[in-house]
Amino acid sequence: MTIAAERQTAVAGELRHVNKWYGAHHVLTDVSLRVARGEIVALIGRSGSGKSTVLRLLAGLSTDHAGDRVVSGAPALAFQEPRLFPWRDVRTNVAYGLTRSRLTRSEAQTRADRALADVGLADHAEVWPLTLSGGQAQRVSLARALVAEPELLLLDEPFGALDALTRLSMRGLLLDLWREHRFGVLLVTHDVDEAVASADRVLVLEAGRVVHTLTIDEPRQSPGAHTASYRAALLDKLGVQI
Amino acid sequence: MGIDPPGIAGCSAGPLAAGQRTRLIPQDVLPAPSLILEAGIELIENGQLADALAVSGIRVAEGLLLGGFLGVALGTAVGLSRWFEATVDPPMQVIRALPHLGLIPLFILWFGIGELPKVLLVALGVSFPLYLNTFSAIRQVDPKLFETAQVLGFTFWQRFRTIIVPSAAPQVLVGVRQSLAIAWLTLIVAEQINADKGIGFLINNARDFLRIDIIIFGLIVYALVGIGTDAIVRTLERRALRYRS
Repeated sequence: MTIAAERQTAVAGELRHVNKWYGAHHVLTDVSLRVARGEIVALIGRSGSGKSTVLRLLAGLSTDHAGDRVVSGAPALAFQEPRLFPWRDVRTNVAYGLTRSRLTRSEAQTRADRALADVGLADHAEVWPLTLSGGQAQRVSLARALVAEPELLLLDEPFGALDALTRLSMRGLLLDLWREHRFGVLLVTHDVDEAVASADRVLVLEAGRVVHTLTIDEPRQSPGAHTASYRAALLDKLGVQI
Repeated sequence: MGIDPPGIAGCSAGPLAAGQRTRLIPQDVLPAPSLILEAGIELIENGQLADALAVSGIRVAEGLLLGGFLGVALGTAVGLSRWFEATVDPPMQVIRALPHLGLIPLFILWFGIGELPKVLLVALGVSFPLYLNTFSAIRQVDPKLFETAQVLGFTFWQRFRTIIVPSAAPQVLVGVRQSLAIAWLTLIVAEQINADKGIGFLINNARDFLRIDIIIFGLIVYALVGIGTDAIVRTLERRALRYRS
């Protein structure tokens, strides 16, 4: 592989032949996956298929596994709930995303303000998180994840708790930010439409194994000629009869 | 009939004064509100009240600081560590089962009749509500916030400052309010059994001179300082919870 090609596909996060047990329960079996920088990979599966375990493993939240984990820099993780600290204002919450960067307080606040402007909440820097709507809080959570400019963004059903309209605008926001910063994204979801609309590749996880990989060869966000067949194929792999 | 005293006395002053006028209540059982007010003015003017308040206030403050520090420190340690829970909690529960006011004779023999036994008794009474509330407050911190802190790369002190203290604060302050009530209660009992100064002494001394007006005024003072200190803690509670507005 040439240097140029290597840079183009620089790995943001990768698992190689990972196995994991909870006691006697084999939760991940020989899972290998790779997210390059500038790539969006969706991981779909039913509840209990091991999606969250994969994400926690890449995030470094769970360490006792067999196999290799390669992550470039410190990955950022946004949860299904915003998980903001309610007793700190919005700006401080976003600045916590820079904990590892060891910046001065004022530098961190400046960058937090910029990240808030990126998600369209520049004028909410000084409010308490509990006064935000669900969508706004999730945008703050996204700003906190992205403020340190990570190479890998891990999203755990980030829009699952939002209403349908807010979810669409959040997806648009995420793609805008992604086009600007070109981080790698691993999107864990159980929403097939969301996966097809935003991802380059979709992995189907079943009982701790990657049973199917589907490359989406269509422009993002706009349904194309194959959208329906992608959707049908993924639903079929998930065992959904329609 | 004099002017009714304001505040607490005012609530019962109407019927009480009526009782006095109709001579249903003898003066040597329950003096008229005006006489209680006069006794209060007498104690304020001759400086006895200020002296007694200062002495009692310092006893409560020292006992609160000592017992509060112990209760919060042990509650935090036990809340954060299973090891401390296994080693510290059982003996704490045993000591808690002792009625601390019952220890007064023992404390007098051990520590004499000076300030030390009173402060220690207040400290002992105060430490348990704070210990229990701190312990349970820390156990109730949302584990998802700890997980978030791990992703963000917080150190132990950052987790302590940013998660543990603010999320435990409201319940610890409930413990402070319970502790304050116990502190004043303990002091009242301790000061009436052996003391040569303080509000309890004032009351006890008044008993020897049959000054019921001073006894009642002293009780009102206890009630007022209780309400006053509780109001201070409630202000702190509102401050700690202002993000929920």
